Amino acid sequence: MKSLADLNDLRDKLQESINLRKKGGTVIIVGMGTCGIAAGAREVMRAILDELAARNLNDVKVIPTGCIGMCDKEVLVDVMRPGESRITYGNVKLADVKKIIDDHIVNGRIVANLVVKRKA
Amino acid sequence: MDIIEHKSGCCDSDNPEKAEVDAILAKYIGEKWTLIPILQEIQNLYNYLPKDVLEYVAIQTGIPIADIYGVVTFYSLFHLNPRGRNIIRVCQGTACHICSGKTILETVEKELGVKTGNATADLRFTLETVVCVGACGLAPVMQVNEETYGRLTADRVAEILQKYQ
Amino acid sequence: MQHIRAHVLVCGGTGCKSSGSKEIQLNFAKYLKEFSIEDEIMIVETGCHGFCANGPLVTIYPEGTFYCRVKPDGVKEIVESHLYKGQIVDRLLYNEPQTQGAIRNHSDIAFYKKQHRLILAHCGLINPEKIEEYIAFGGYMALAKAVTTMTSDEVVDVIKKSGLRGRGGAGFSTGTKWQFARNSVSDKKYVICNADEGDPGVFMDRSVLEGDPHRVLEGMAICGYAIGADEGYIYVRAEYPLAVKRLRIAIEQAEKMGLLGNNIFNSGFNFRLQIKEGAGAFVCGEETALMASIEGKRGMPHPRPPFPASSGLWGKPTNINNVETFANVSEIIKNGAEWYCQFGTETSKGTKVFALTGKINHTGLAEVPMGISMREIIFDIGGGITNGKKFKAVQIGGPSGRCLPESMLDLSVDYDSLTAAGAMMGSGGLVIMDEDTCMVDVAKFFLNFTQSESCGKCTPCREGTERMLEILTRITEGQGREGDIELLENLAKNIKETALCGLGQTAPNPVLSTIKYFRHEYEVHIQEKRCPAGVCEKLTNYVVTETCKGCGLCARNCPVKAISGAVKQRHVINTAVCIKCGTCMTNCPFKAIKKA
Repeated sequence: MKSLADLNDLRDKLQESINLRKKGGTVIIVGMGTCGIAAGAREVMRAILDELAARNLNDVKVIPTGCIGMCDKEVLVDVMRPGESRITYGNVKLADVKKIIDDHIVNGRIVANLVVKRKA
Repeated sequence: MDIIEHKSGCCDSDNPEKAEVDAILAKYIGEKWTLIPILQEIQNLYNYLPKDVLEYVAIQTGIPIADIYGVVTFYSLFHLNPRGRNIIRVCQGTACHICSGKTILETVEKELGVKTGNATADLRFTLETVVCVGACGLAPVMQVNEETYGRLTADRVAEILQKYQ
Repeated sequence: MQHIRAHVLVCGGTGCKSSGSKEIQLNFAKYLKEFSIEDEIMIVETGCHGFCANGPLVTIYPEGTFYCRVKPDGVKEIVESHLYKGQIVDRLLYNEPQTQGAIRNHSDIAFYKKQHRLILAHCGLINPEKIEEYIAFGGYMALAKAVTTMTSDEVVDVIKKSGLRGRGGAGFSTGTKWQFARNSVSDKKYVICNADEGDPGVFMDRSVLEGDPHRVLEGMAICGYAIGADEGYIYVRAEYPLAVKRLRIAIEQAEKMGLLGNNIFNSGFNFRLQIKEGAGAFVCGEETALMASIEGKRGMPHPRPPFPASSGLWGKPTNINNVETFANVSEIIKNGAEWYCQFGTETSKGTKVFALTGKINHTGLAEVPMGISMREIIFDIGGGITNGKKFKAVQIGGPSGRCLPESMLDLSVDYDSLTAAGAMMGSGGLVIMDEDTCMVDVAKFFLNFTQSESCGKCTPCREGTERMLEILTRITEGQGREGDIELLENLAKNIKETALCGLGQTAPNPVLSTIKYFRHEYEVHIQEKRCPAGVCEKLTNYVVTETCKGCGLCARNCPVKAISGAVKQRHVINTAVCIKCGTCMTNCPFKAIKKA
């Protein structure tokens, strides 16, 4: 460590490891009630985590949540980007994960055909 | 507390522990004023500070024995008598005082049959008090060796002491 | 690489460790594995949150869910329900005593809400044994800024302008102190951190050292740069083994990264740190005694001047500050003096950490902006008195401090208001006392402490405190005489004026303040031979009241067979035999036994 710039670089690199403990950033919520798990929510969540890791999207938070009462549309995945409305995707399949992350998380384009609910 | 003359025989030239004392001294000799760490390490070795070892330290370091005794008796963490295998420190800090820390101390004294500051005859325990271990949120508190026990009640004391042999 | 989706922060402070946090950590590892989510979730051991009474504490991020008093067998439920299925375990959340509602996020708890955590910001949030986490939260940026972009004079200047005052008790301007040390000309200078937190009932320095040790190292290194010192010592009391361990790790990591050592940030500035463990002597918290102890001598104070800034450790110019003071430095350098000045009052800037203990609902550490009222600290943050009892007094400032009654609760908590009211900030201990506390006994407790810790060098402290203690002891034993109060006041005045160091000069304070505000209690002890709070054993008798149903439980449990009475008849205690152990009172199912 020989300069302020060195320390800055190191900090930026290390910051990824503690992002979870800071507020803000994009959040993905996966419905993990009994019905969700039965419909494959665990696998969908694993796929999301793998995809985020592969793309180095370390500042995206993934949170499981309990049953929200739309059991027929499980697996449910919500995406909240800072300052945008909360989008709920239903009947999410493993194959949809890549598209949701590509279009919505990275580029901010909602995957319209999967949306079951929008909330301001 | 009476100071009993305890000889460890360590510094007779044929005693193997002499080498360990020498090793401690070798680490510090030549540096300026390092009496306290030397004493701390010797106490770690013997669990207390035997008189003949202190005399040996005086000769080796050139620090007068009177000065060494002055330092040893000044600090509460130095001990001139052998100590139990397990050290109990019952906290008597402000928070523990307000929250009946004295009852805990009395219970331990009764349980062990010794007064504060002494070791049990079988050297299983030494009972001491300490003024605050900084765990005031859990008052009353006592430490046994490195373990801290909080939110104590008199009836938990026997059970805790049982763990230590 | 794996995307980690949750951090489980398990508190590993002294308090939570004693409540079993190690086993909780192991159980988390075990159950995460059982549910096959161990590579999605990271377990982090943090330092002390200062909310020890509710430990062991577990915080789960990103949600920030705050679980209290977690038991090892509750871990499986947290893993399965919260971490696997996303259902927060309401049962294990913190329940606000006032509202009885479960609270999910720790920032919503009343205890934390009114706090402003500047120097405790990282405590409970980062792993103190990993320098990487400190750096990730902006650590060592202040040191880098100071040594690469500022001159030593500029650093001293910023600290001066910030208005930072010593947090150890006296409240002297830190910047001015640094200026004195900077002005001293010498080939060698030292920086010392006073971590000999000896005041009973105070533990904020322990929390900072255990929870955020690098913050202290950074503050010391900046000080070294400012005054021109290349060597520093941290004098830690030996009763804090965990703090010593974490400091050792921190120093080693900082050296490895080149943040301590030679030519820091290529600036030519060298700085090395060593730890010195205390050996158990309260007086070593006094700066001249502390230096004597580092030098390997008996820790006895010497008169000032010379002040350490001109002749300190080994006769060299030395700057001594305490842990909390150094912990403020990096924030000031990073954000500027102006930013720092927004907290606090006109003459007392920044925040102060208080240790709330005694008969209060939320014991723990409260960091608040200077100028807040005592009432807010005790009732809003501290949650009021336990068991709905009545507040009687708050003891502020440890053995050198004072007891303040209810009428002083609206006092602004800052250096100057407290001094004007005849109290002092001290190190920040607040011991809350309720109606069951005897103020004469409290005065005796503190005097007993200072008397046994008196180093014996000067006569007023050595002999004077002994005499005062004798008088207090006889008052609490029913042997008090007319004129004892005046005698205490007279002795106190002499000791204050003539003792050599701060320990002696302030030793009479608890006695004087209890006499001032609770003189009546002294008078009752002396004239009526009675202890109104029922604390002083020799003045207290246990009596069986008419609520007694004659069940005989008290008689059976009495260790000295002092209780007699027929079945279903009111029992009687023979006060001549009674040893006042209180067993009868705890055992009575009808609360029929009272102290009188």
